[in-house]
This record gives sequence, C-alpha cells and structure tokens, in this order.
Amino acid sequence: MLLAANPTRMHLLRLKKRLKLAIRGHKLLKDKQDELMRRFMDLVKQIQGLRQEVERDLHRAFERFTMARSVMSRASVEEALALPGKRLDVGVTTQRIMNVEVPLFEPRAEGRIYCYGFANTSGELDVSLRSLDAVLLRLLELAQTEKTIMLLADEIDRTRRRVNALEYTLIPSLKETIRFITMKLEELERSNLTRLMKIKEMAEER
Amino acid sequence: MSTSNIAVIGDRDSIFCFHAVGVDVYPAEKADDVKAAFDQVYEGGYAVIFITEQSAIHIEERLREAAWRPLPSIVLIPNNRGSLGYGLETLRHVVRKAVGADIMQEDE
Repeated sequence: MLLAANPTRMHLLRLKKRLKLAIRGHKLLKDKQDELMRRFMDLVKQIQGLRQEVERDLHRAFERFTMARSVMSRASVEEALALPGKRLDVGVTTQRIMNVEVPLFEPRAEGRIYCYGFANTSGELDVSLRSLDAVLLRLLELAQTEKTIMLLADEIDRTRRRVNALEYTLIPSLKETIRFITMKLEELERSNLTRLMKIKEMAEER
Repeated sequence: MSTSNIAVIGDRDSIFCFHAVGVDVYPAEKADDVKAAFDQVYEGGYAVIFITEQSAIHIEERLREAAWRPLPSIVLIPNNRGSLGYGLETLRHVVRKAVGADIMQEDE
C-alpha cells in the first residue's frame, strides 16, 4: 500500500529514516519473540508432567478421604475438621520474564493439620490429610506455572502481531513509497533535462 | 485473622477436606451457586483459586476473561469422581493459540 506522500527529497529522507527504524524494531521484536517462545516451551514441557502428576496424587488423596469418611459418620468428620489447626497462605511476589510480570507464590504454613482428637477419628483420616497436605504444595507450584504460561502466551500473541504488522504492512509500504518517490524524482529530473536540451536547441537555431 | 489467600470452590464432598489443611472453602455445586461463589472469591483478594472441573463448567466465560489477569491464578482440579481432562484441555488451547500448532502430544 502506498503511503500518502509528497514526492519531495525531504520526505524521501524522512521515509528512509523511518524504514531503518522499522527494520531495527522488527529485528528486536523478532528476537524477543524467539526468546519468549523458548521459555514458553520449557514451561509447557514442565507443566505437562506436573499436571498429570498432581491430578493423580490429588485423586489418590480424595480416594483416601472417601475411605476415611466411610468408616466415620458424616457429622463426626465435619466436626473433626470444623476448626482447622493449620493455615496455609501464599506470599505473592512478582518476577519479570522478558518484561512480563508473573507471580511467584511462596507458601507459608502455620500450625499442624491434625486439629482433632484422636479418640473419635480413624487413622485413615490422618493419612488422607497428610497426602492432601503434600499435594497442596505441588498444586501451588502448578498454579504459579499455569499463570506464567497464560501470561507468556498472551505476550507471545501480542508480540507476534506486532512483528507481523511491521513485516507485512509497515515495511513493505515504506519500501514501496520510497520507490515511488525515487522514481518520481528521477522522472522530474529527466523531464527537466529534456526541457533544457530543447531550450538549448531553440536558442541555437535562432 | 484466620483467613488464607487460597480458596477452593467445588462440591462439598470433594473439597471439604481442604478445610483441614488450612485453605478457605466455598462449597457450590449448582450453576448459580458457583457463579455467586466465584464472584465473591474473585473480588475477595485471593491469590490462588482452585476450582473443580465440574463446577468450572458453569463459569467458563468468566474464567476465560480472568485468565489474562496477573492475579488471581485460577487452577482447575479434578474432584473426587476423577478428572474430566478439562484442565489439560484449557492448557492445550492456550498453547495452540500462542504457538500456532498443537505441540502437547498425548502421553499414553
């Protein structure tokens, strides 16, 4: 697409400068995209295994809990767990990956998980809570990695759009306009030359 | 204060055990309940929200728009009846959008 332009030398210079800048920007963005993609791939590889593992472990913990529930009454389970003795918190800090802010979760646990008397509860409950407690930390890791992947994916998408806009729209149209102006200027020069020659001829005839 | 900044949404039977390990629990199973619980949790300043796949189905739309915000981190978990593969599917969708190809092959 031709940009609206006056075919003047000044404008030509300005366009050439813009083209140079666009090419440099394109190269930088392309590098950014490659690096983002590399990190993204690493994370994706990591998370696939992590998710499957966590889902499996969580399933096992649920199974154990169901077992524990089956030997106790619903009321006594709820009673036993009504006042949790443990509190799990995450400290949130942020980290920058290629200028994308991603959260870093740092688990902070307080207290212990056995918040009930041992007289009225079964051993299965202890086991199930312990396995759930263990899987929860991995779940937090999953939460962090998944969020990072989401945010990186968004950034990759945006960067790709900018790279494409430069590569397929701005740079070609700048080049085309520069070509157009150069031709126009050359044409002007030629017409000027022929006019001079013609005038010279007329002057000599006289 | 005894509240945590981690929350779990899902059917009561599955997630009640999370109460014991020190996480806030929001039991919700029907679509409207899940929506209400999610709104409450979303505005509640939680950093991490776990939600069972079975409950997440009701608020797909909301989850999708929340996914691009830096916080909270929302993670789909299976409930006690097993995984629907919905969590992995969401991830695959995101990867496909970013990379332009499906690179997460099934490991059997």
